Amino acid sequence: MATDVLEVALPSRLRRTIDGSTDLIFKILRIGLFYVGLILVWHLVASAGIWEDYQLPPPADVWDSLRRSWENGRLQDAIQTSMERLVIGFAISFVIGIAIGAAMGSFKYVDETVGSLVLGCQSLPSVCWLPLALLWFGLSEQAIIFVVLMGSVGSIAISARDGVRSIPPLLKRAGRTLGANPLQMLRYVILPGMIPSMVQGLKLGWSFAWRSLMAAELLYVSGGLGFLLQFGRELNNISQVVAVMLVIVAIGVAVDRVIFGRLDQWVRERWGLT
Amino acid sequence: MVTFAPAPAATIERRERQPLLSLSGVAKRFDTTRHITVALHDIDLEMAHGEFVCVVGPSGCGKTTLLNIVAGLEKVDSGEASFAGRPIRRPGPERVVVFQENALFPWLNVRANVELGLKIKGLNRRERRSLVDRYLDLVNLRRFEKAFIHELSGGMKQRVQLARALAVEPQMLLMDEPFAALDAQTRDILQEELQEIWQRTGATILFITHNVREAVILADRVLVMTPQPGTFKREFVVDIPHPRSFDSPHVVELAADVRAELQHEVFVASGEDGRRGH
Repeated sequence: MATDVLEVALPSRLRRTIDGSTDLIFKILRIGLFYVGLILVWHLVASAGIWEDYQLPPPADVWDSLRRSWENGRLQDAIQTSMERLVIGFAISFVIGIAIGAAMGSFKYVDETVGSLVLGCQSLPSVCWLPLALLWFGLSEQAIIFVVLMGSVGSIAISARDGVRSIPPLLKRAGRTLGANPLQMLRYVILPGMIPSMVQGLKLGWSFAWRSLMAAELLYVSGGLGFLLQFGRELNNISQVVAVMLVIVAIGVAVDRVIFGRLDQWVRERWGLT
Repeated sequence: MVTFAPAPAATIERRERQPLLSLSGVAKRFDTTRHITVALHDIDLEMAHGEFVCVVGPSGCGKTTLLNIVAGLEKVDSGEASFAGRPIRRPGPERVVVFQENALFPWLNVRANVELGLKIKGLNRRERRSLVDRYLDLVNLRRFEKAFIHELSGGMKQRVQLARALAVEPQMLLMDEPFAALDAQTRDILQEELQEIWQRTGATILFITHNVREAVILADRVLVMTPQPGTFKREFVVDIPHPRSFDSPHVVELAADVRAELQHEVFVASGEDGRRGH
């Protein structure tokens, strides 16, 4: 009877993968061509002598600067410092955001009160918290992690609220009729059920966290990529500034593609969204 | 408004045993701003262990409300609903529901869906594995244990729901029009499978449907329910041996009786007495 559904589905999934990989090669080629062109234009403009080298460094200088910072290990140190702050800050805001958001989604009163506060805080760039954070936590890691937290917790909370609301009531009834107590409902039904509508929110939270971290590191000097960038500016080493900018972009894109791309794909596969 | 037909002897005999489910004088209202709907009025029902009872009625007669009350998903306004001697207050794994729509968890594959109730129950990995295997085999879905829910057909989804409900080994299975959304052929197959499963497991089943033939094929007793207010109009005892085929003369004859009872009541309720054209 219905068994043919799967027998058709499996080969077509395979076929999609094969088509997908040739598509992917062409896509990478197209994108690669664009960036090679862009670097060429950059090189030509820089060597035309309109701007001085300290205003617009040629790509070769940036590359040298990148290699130098890599070879003396400063770049890796900076990346490590920044990533540690980011991961810790994002992890804390993940937990707090889901807790607040789940409460907002479940209780109207919490949504009206805490929800409005969260929305209000969303309009405040999180680096504005830095002066207060420095007062509260001193010149410490905690201060910068606090800024990262404030940057991402709002969008995670809002997406968690929407996630709770988007769970079909039927699934909640199914969980209850299988005998789940409130804690088990949370663990087995609510939390997993929130995932599809949270993917975008987590992504957004992550990029806010990343921006907040860079802003905070630029202002508050103590290691990290933002500091390396600021250091380049102070030494008038503009190729280092551009090199660090490129690293910041590369990390942002890589995390987005690798971690959130996978999460997105997992959701699509499980839920059957295409 | 409705007079009850005298209960057949078989029912009286059953009532002398300790009932598993007992509803007496159950009533339920739904208040909206416009009007009050009496969903259920003066419902009495007793079910013994191992019984298969079908409630048939037109849509909107309150049969799903009745099932939800037994499930503990809704509360009674008056009357008493008790299960195994204790009042029903909340849902519980001793009364699992198989829903009409796809109520499977999309983030879990077939196997994990069936397993979830056992995790909730707190069984260990080994116990869970053997129960899940047993019930996946029972519904013939072992081959598809790794499949995602959206890859299954409607009939397969309902079989997974059935396996998930049976796996927690409830004392009573509550089925809310589980085959209503399926095509006719799949429905026939699943009715046959359910008969077989019921005979093999000895489950106690309360089954809601608007399909008279389905009720007659499956049940020991068929209760005809009529709307506004939802009450039981009449009870039919089905003593045709299993497996029942839908074209056996006994089934056809009894189904006709049930249908006549049902139609009469529907036409009276909608004020269209006399014109029975379809």
